[in-house]
Amino acid sequence: MSAIAGSTAGSTGTDPGLRARLRDFSNRHRSITVIVGMAITAIALPLIVLLPPFSSFSGQNIWLDGFTIAGIYVLLALGLNIVVGLSGLLDLGYAAFFAIGAYTYAFAASPFTGNEFPFWPMLLVGALMAATFGILLGAPTLRLRGDYLAIVTLGFGEIVPIAILNSSKYTDGPNGIGGITPPSIGDFLFPTTGNPWPFYLTMLALITLSMILIYRLQDSRLGRAWMAIREDELAAAANGVNTVTTKLLAFALGASTAGLAGVFLASKLQTVTPNLFRFDVSFTVLAMVVLGGMGNIWGVAVGAFIIFMIQSVFLKQLNLFFDNVNVPILSDIDFLQYQFLLYGVALVAMMLLRPEGLFPSRRRRRELHTEEDAAFGELGDPMGAAPK
Amino acid sequence: MTQTADSGGRPTGGAAAEPSTLLEARGLTRRFGGLVACRDVDLRIPSGGIVSIIGPNGAGKTTFFNVVAGIIDPSGGTVEFRGRTLISRPRRTWLEPVFWVLPAAIVLLVEYLLGTFSGDEESISLGAIAVIAVLAATLLTAIIRPRWYSRFIDRFGVLRSARPNDVVAAGIGRTFQNIRLFQNMTALENVLVGMHLKLRSNLGDHLISSRRQRADEEAATRRASELLALVGLQGIENELAKNLPYGDQRRLELARALANDPVLLLLDEPTAGMNPNETAEMTALIGRLRSDLGVSVLLIEHDMRVVMGISDRILVLDHGEQIAEGSPDEVRRDQRVIEAYLGTGAS
Repeated sequence: MSAIAGSTAGSTGTDPGLRARLRDFSNRHRSITVIVGMAITAIALPLIVLLPPFSSFSGQNIWLDGFTIAGIYVLLALGLNIVVGLSGLLDLGYAAFFAIGAYTYAFAASPFTGNEFPFWPMLLVGALMAATFGILLGAPTLRLRGDYLAIVTLGFGEIVPIAILNSSKYTDGPNGIGGITPPSIGDFLFPTTGNPWPFYLTMLALITLSMILIYRLQDSRLGRAWMAIREDELAAAANGVNTVTTKLLAFALGASTAGLAGVFLASKLQTVTPNLFRFDVSFTVLAMVVLGGMGNIWGVAVGAFIIFMIQSVFLKQLNLFFDNVNVPILSDIDFLQYQFLLYGVALVAMMLLRPEGLFPSRRRRRELHTEEDAAFGELGDPMGAAPK
Repeated sequence: MTQTADSGGRPTGGAAAEPSTLLEARGLTRRFGGLVACRDVDLRIPSGGIVSIIGPNGAGKTTFFNVVAGIIDPSGGTVEFRGRTLISRPRRTWLEPVFWVLPAAIVLLVEYLLGTFSGDEESISLGAIAVIAVLAATLLTAIIRPRWYSRFIDRFGVLRSARPNDVVAAGIGRTFQNIRLFQNMTALENVLVGMHLKLRSNLGDHLISSRRQRADEEAATRRASELLALVGLQGIENELAKNLPYGDQRRLELARALANDPVLLLLDEPTAGMNPNETAEMTALIGRLRSDLGVSVLLIEHDMRVVMGISDRILVLDHGEQIAEGSPDEVRRDQRVIEAYLGTGAS
């Protein structure tokens, strides 16, 4: 709906007419915009890595492999954005749903259990499984708000990997489940080494689909109800929003995206271990959502991609670079180990300098930069808190 | 003020088929610990009537409102709306968790017994999966078919407290004493949220962007613009609510409350903080809501000109007790009301 995004032409570009028309088009035809955008990305990324600075790091195949894994994080960030960005429920245990999706596929198609279910329907099953657990977690914790909810979800995020670790009879504990069947189309089994294209394209298709669906949710009455709950839960209830089911749906739909990502991860790595789903995954994804620009679907996707690329490529290259030039102190530092320090610094810097994120939704930019517009001082609370 | 929007096609209240009593509160009581915020308040709102509640600060007006709106539970008494009991004291709510735990516990017990008899460890852990499945099934039933669920628990004498959204669904809209708009949403979106229950599209429609979804959204947007025009806010659809001037925020809240086509509006101090001019406009608007839309109004107000001007009946509360009830003229002459407001004369 164009009404949601609003059509107040605010920004002044070089060619405001064209820009406004483009924005208007993208607001009216969200799905087409997403498909076109993702298609351009799909073509551009493999070409960019053939260019000099990138091509010197590693070959195209390795790059595409990296992009595929980055795509998993993009999916996770898109899902968490529903819970944190749209509905304003702080979830610190998001990796649990990721784990549930991954283990669902591991149980469904590995020599460990002896099952051989096909990959494609399992995407749906994994998503449903994660959604079910999302609801089971959400139901008893719905009365909690803010910090309290964060603590409970944090606990859930810890419990799931530990439960998997300890029930070694069913999950083989710390060893994890190996030999998981990769996806196949007809007789064509996705190659696990060498040709990265099938996984790469599948990932892009999954992201495209998720983005379209999430955009549709955001522009529906459900999306508005989520935002209303984020703004003022009591007022939302007093306007007919059933806060219980609405919040549960946010949890379930956010979790199902993580489940989808989990199934894909299991099929891509062919092995799952509890170690893959530790707290740092939840934290990284949350950092991606915040840094990318909470509530903005494209922003979150791009933010997640960039952050993943920084952590997996840039830091590694930094190590190699300083090893080569032999700067005394810097070459001894393992930059990969300072990942979380960098996240912390980046988050603090972000909160101070650009609280709306790298790529904010236009709504949030207005939200955080309207002190000068708020004509009536008594109501111009810059953080937008409802007067109590 | 501006012109009234077309409200054609909307059912107007006060039709012959409707009972003449719209809302009736009987003996409504609410205690907070030792404090009785509301004691045995009786109130009757006729269809199409405007009833005001007045009283000094702390008299329990807002508590009464919140009880009627389903935000807090009464400690006693009932509220009937259109002949149906809408609000009463929750009963046997402790029994509800039992329904959740019981099926899962039975499954667990059966699995455990099977496991001990057969000595098979496998079935014990299968039991854990079964318990989760049973829990999930109960939960999904309660969410997807809330009516089945409430009918089921009703059979065991459990009465849950009414939720605010149930009250809205019954046809009661409200505004707040301190404006509670969705500050970072636009004016149009605020009204669209108010229309939440009017829209019939479900999750599937959202996901496939079905024809029903698109038709729904289009109609809702049109109706929301109409409502904004009705309260005199045309042209500000895409302004963020928090950037609107104070008087406009009050009106926007009114438009949002009207979005669900309520038969009864609860207005908590609609003219608080307004200048005499704005107050007069708001009073005229409330009068128009009754005449054009057939909406009945329950009003909390401190401004006596507003109260005396538009009310059919007035209820006076003081320290949670009902001290007078009657037409504006009766109330104005009532000795206890004068005492409550001015204090007892030295005698």
